[in-house]
Amino acid sequence: MNRLTPFEWIAAFRFMREGLIQTLLIVLGVALGVAVIVFMSALLSGLQANIVRRTLNYMAPIVIVPPDQVARPLRAGEAAQVAAQVQPRSQQLRSIDQWQKVRTQVEQVPGVIAVTPVVSGPGFALRGDANKAVTITGIEPESYFRVIALAEKIVSGRFSVGTSDIIIGIELAKDLGANIGDKLRLTTATGAAATLTVIGIFDFGNKGVNQRNVYIGLRVAQNLLDLVGGVSSIEIKVSEPFAAEQIAQTIQAGTGQQADSWIKTNAQFFTAMAAQTLSNTVIRFFVGLTAALGIASVLVVSVVQKSKEIGILRAMGTSREQVLRLFLIQGGVMGLAGSVVGSALGWAFLLSWRGMAKNPDGTPLFIVEIEPMLFVIAAAGATLVGILAAVVPARRAARLDPVVAIRG
Amino acid sequence: MVEAKPAETLRLEGVRKSYGVGTPVEMEVLHGIDLILQRGEFAALIGPSGSGKSTLLNLIGLLDQPNAGRIFIEGRETSRLDDAGLTRLRGGSIGFVFQYHYLLPAFTALENVMMPILAARGRPDDEMRETAAALLDKVGLTPWRDHRATDISGGQQQRVAIARALAMNPALVLADEPSGNLDTKSADSVFDVMRNVNETSGTTFLIVTHDPRLAQRCDRIIELVDGRIVSDKPNVNVLRRG
Repeated sequence: MNRLTPFEWIAAFRFMREGLIQTLLIVLGVALGVAVIVFMSALLSGLQANIVRRTLNYMAPIVIVPPDQVARPLRAGEAAQVAAQVQPRSQQLRSIDQWQKVRTQVEQVPGVIAVTPVVSGPGFALRGDANKAVTITGIEPESYFRVIALAEKIVSGRFSVGTSDIIIGIELAKDLGANIGDKLRLTTATGAAATLTVIGIFDFGNKGVNQRNVYIGLRVAQNLLDLVGGVSSIEIKVSEPFAAEQIAQTIQAGTGQQADSWIKTNAQFFTAMAAQTLSNTVIRFFVGLTAALGIASVLVVSVVQKSKEIGILRAMGTSREQVLRLFLIQGGVMGLAGSVVGSALGWAFLLSWRGMAKNPDGTPLFIVEIEPMLFVIAAAGATLVGILAAVVPARRAARLDPVVAIRG
Repeated sequence: MVEAKPAETLRLEGVRKSYGVGTPVEMEVLHGIDLILQRGEFAALIGPSGSGKSTLLNLIGLLDQPNAGRIFIEGRETSRLDDAGLTRLRGGSIGFVFQYHYLLPAFTALENVMMPILAARGRPDDEMRETAAALLDKVGLTPWRDHRATDISGGQQQRVAIARALAMNPALVLADEPSGNLDTKSADSVFDVMRNVNETSGTTFLIVTHDPRLAQRCDRIIELVDGRIVSDKPNVNVLRRG
C-alpha cells in the first residue's frame, strides 16, 4: 500500500484486481468503443477538411457581386392596375459601383485577410479549328494569389499575368492542343478579341474548372468584357472559412453590396456535411452508451458480489461517501484505461488506413489529420462516461444496509 | 494525557425493536431491554434461535435503530446521531466479530487488520501497519501476516477477524457466534484469543453463543428468551480454559 494513496483508491484497485477478467473485458469493450469513435471522428474530419480545402482551392470564401437588376413596374396613381406577371430583367455584366471604395472598406472588416478585384465573364478560346467556351477571369496577380493559391497549382510554365499572357487549365490545354508559348485567341459576345500567349497551365484537381477557367490580366479582361475601369466581383479570403457566412453578412450590411459566402453557394454540400456530422454524433452517442452500460453492468454485478464486503466495511466505520467514491473511482478508472487503450487502437487503425487508402498514383486518398486533442477529448469523455455509469451502482452500494448486506 | 474511559461501556434503557411497523404483520422482537455492561466485562449472550440475540447485537453495534428506548456507548447517547455520527462512533468504539469472518479476499491478513484504521484516517501509514502487526502477533498469526485472507485456515481467518475488530482499540467487541463455523479446537483457540485480549487490554466483550461450553467460560451469562432477558447473572464457576 502506497502511503500517498487514499483508502478508496486502494480498495477500488484491489476490487478491480480481484475481478481481473471482468475488469479486462470491460476495459476492452470501452477501448473498442473509443477506438471506433477516434477512428470515425478523425476520418470524417479529415474527409470534410479535404473537401473544404479542395473547394476553396479554386473558390474564394466570399464574393461580392453587384446586386441583381430587378424589374420595377411603374404605377400611375393608386387606381393603377398591377400586371399579373412581371417579366424579370435579364442580368447584364455590370461593375460594382465604386469598387475601389468597397475594396478599402472590406479590407477593414475583422476576419478578412485578403481582397482582390476580378473581372469575369463568358468567352471563347480559339486555336486553329478548336473552339471552346470558357470563363474569362481577369485578375490582379499579386492580390489574387493571396486569395486563391493559383501559383501553387501551376503544373507547367509560370504564374505571371502580363498584358499578353494567359493561364489555362490542363484540360483546356489538352482540348485546344495548346502548350506553353502557344498563342490563343479569346473572343467575347461584344465582339472584342485578343491574342494571348499561354504562359502557364494549372491543375486544380477539378475537371470542370480545368476545362473552363482561363486567367488573364485585369485590364485585358476589362477591355474584352466591355467593363473598362470596372470589376464584376471582389473576392475575399477570410481567416476562418466556416465564419464566412457571418463575415459576408457583416460586409453586406457595411457596403450595401451583395456578398455571397461559399457556405451559401454550396448549401447542398453543407447539408450533406451536416448530415454526416449528425450521423457520426449518433454513432458516437450509441457507442458511448454501450460502453457506459457495460461499465454499469459490471459494477452492478460487483456490488451484488461484494455486498457482504461492503457491509463489513460499513460495519467497521467506512462512511457511505467512502463507499460511493470507491465505486465511482472504479468506473472512472475503467473508462480512462479503456480510453487509453482505445486511443492507441484508434491511432493504429488510422495509421493503417493512411497506408491503405491511396490514389492510383500512390498519393493519399485524402489526408487524415491525427489531432492530439481528439485523444484528450476521448480520454476525458470516456472517464466521464465511466464515472457517470458508476453513479447508480455506487449509490446502491452506499445505501446498502450493513445488517442486510452481512446477513446476505 | 490519556482520557480515562467511562466505567460503563454499554447501557440499554427500555430498548424495543419491531419489524413490519405499521403493517398487519408488525411484530415486536425485543420487549424493553435494560442492560449495562461495565468496562472489561466478558459476557455471554445466550438463548434459543429466534430469541432476538442477533437483533440485539445489531442495535448495540449501531447497525440498526431501536423503535423505542435509548442506547449509550461509553456514556454517549446514540439516538440523536445521524448516519455519519453513528458510523464514526461505530468505527471508533465498537469492534465486530461475525460467525463468518468476512475478510476482504483482495487483501492480506495484515491489510485486513489495517482496514478499519485506514478507513478512518484515509491514507496508510507506518503506525497503523505496526498496530496491525502487533494485533496479529497477539492472535498468533505473525507468520501469516502477508498471506491473502483466502490462503489461511478457517480458525486463522477468524483470528484475523478478531485482530481486525480490535484495530481501533474499541471499548466494546461484539461477537456473533464467533466459533459457530469452527471445529472444537479452533473454537477454543479463538475463544482463548478473545479472553486474552479482554484480560490484557480491558476490552469489553459481548459474545453471542449457542455453545453452553463456551458460555461457561464467560464471567457473566445473559439469557434472552422471546425478546426478554430472563436471566442475567455472574458465572461463579467460570472456566478459564476449554
